[in-house]
Amino acid sequence: MMPREISQESTETGQVNTLAVAIEQVHQSFGGHRVLDGVSLSVASGKTLAVLGRSGTGKSVLLRMVIGLQKPDAGRVRILGQDLSGLTLDKLGEIRKTMGFLFQHAALYDSLTVEDNVGFPLDHHRKDMTAAERRERVHTLLTEVGIVGSLHKMPSELSGGMQKRVGLARALALNPGILLLDEPTAGLDPIGSGEIDELVLKLKEERHMSSIVVTHDMHSAKTIADRLVLLDQGHVVIEGTFDDLKGSDNEFVRLFLKQS
Amino acid sequence: MSGIVAAKVSGLATKRDTSRTASGSVSPLRPVMIALEWFGNLGIFFWQVLRAGVTPPYEWRELIRQMDEVGARSLSLVVMAGAAIGVVVSLEARYSLAHFGAKSLFPATLVYSVIEIMGPIITGLVVSGRVGAGIGAELASMKVTEQIDAIEVSAVNPYRLLAAPRILACIVMLPLLTLAADAAALLTGWATQAMVEPLSFHQFINDGFYGATLNAFLPPTFKTAVYGLIIGTIACFHGMRTRGGAAGVGRAATNSVVLGSLFVILADVVLVKFILAVFP
Repeated sequence: MMPREISQESTETGQVNTLAVAIEQVHQSFGGHRVLDGVSLSVASGKTLAVLGRSGTGKSVLLRMVIGLQKPDAGRVRILGQDLSGLTLDKLGEIRKTMGFLFQHAALYDSLTVEDNVGFPLDHHRKDMTAAERRERVHTLLTEVGIVGSLHKMPSELSGGMQKRVGLARALALNPGILLLDEPTAGLDPIGSGEIDELVLKLKEERHMSSIVVTHDMHSAKTIADRLVLLDQGHVVIEGTFDDLKGSDNEFVRLFLKQS
Repeated sequence: MSGIVAAKVSGLATKRDTSRTASGSVSPLRPVMIALEWFGNLGIFFWQVLRAGVTPPYEWRELIRQMDEVGARSLSLVVMAGAAIGVVVSLEARYSLAHFGAKSLFPATLVYSVIEIMGPIITGLVVSGRVGAGIGAELASMKVTEQIDAIEVSAVNPYRLLAAPRILACIVMLPLLTLAADAAALLTGWATQAMVEPLSFHQFINDGFYGATLNAFLPPTFKTAVYGLIIGTIACFHGMRTRGGAAGVGRAATNSVVLGSLFVILADVVLVKFILAVFP
């Protein structure tokens, strides 16, 4: 079967827009176990896609493919129309500057303070900034994610929720157009989850960011996503709005919604 | 190509067990294949580091930090090891030379055995133990907690930021540490001898270096730059490709020290032959 060309979309007015992210027929196996089997997805500019599914269905692998940390066995990933395959690490880096990535466990640099964690991308890519401008930018980012007064703390001194906020601030440091979130609400209490959801919605509205959110949290997905995708056994079971999922008569979809 | 390399180094590439026969039993060639795979991956890793290291932006700040870590913080250990070696060689040499009636050769014997043989290899092994384990464990810990992935998604090349400065610091600092170890060994070697028989330090140095040329002393000292290359590369390689949580960190540290030390000794064999051939 020929892979579907989905790096562009046609609007109702007939204009052709480049998609923020296009995943085309990707396959991935680990040790003989097929995790993704011909998955195709796309995210339009300014939209949020939630990727749902049981544990081990390759949701995080999919996200790692989008940022180029994982090369698919077959298939393509395009970011703003640019194919990631065959790029050197430095060329991939140029594309990565347009993306922000929040890791499931935040992945903060444990030897750096909160301020230096958030300032890390600025140190390497905004050498034109003065120290004062950098400090100001870091302070603005941390305020934006709801952290005030923890600039000189080490990551180990922060709660899980605060670590995720710092990770999010770091992901936003270079003003990315695309935001990738791996289980942003996992391990958080309901209030913390709600705050993260509000933050993602705010970023979407204020910065018109395109996002992919991998989550188990159906409530969160319903709140922040324009479209949802449910994966199972390496395949897309359903893709659509929350109402589309709710109205589906697919047994797995109904079971997933019931248990969520 | 680079994507495959990146995936392999990040430890996520699909592994196919090519060492099993059709019947499923383990092939007798398995150790050979594992060794070839290891060398292949090491070569790919080194190429990535080399390519990243020679192209800007250069990580000067990290290089200086690593030179301090590898050099200044290893200095006391290397000096102590050198001092101990000086005492041992002095005691052994004095006894052997006296046995053959050649006590007057003591200064030259000590100087040559320390500078040409003992100083470089002892420094290499001490640094392999301290620095190899440190680099291996640090990078492995960063790998298993996704900090290296976080560096990569921040559009920073981890080979350039993490591996290249560490390897270069090892290359630069090993010869300097060797000089320090040599000096400590000569000092304690002389002191040990002077405690038994009066011998001025000036006389000891004059006799020890009598007729010596730079060709005799510079190559053995600067060959330790190769040890630095080996120690740094193997430690970074094992650290950056580890997986499996705390156990993986432990494995990376152990492998860095064991393989680093082994390859330092093996390299010494080759380098001694090379130096004898080029600087007869």
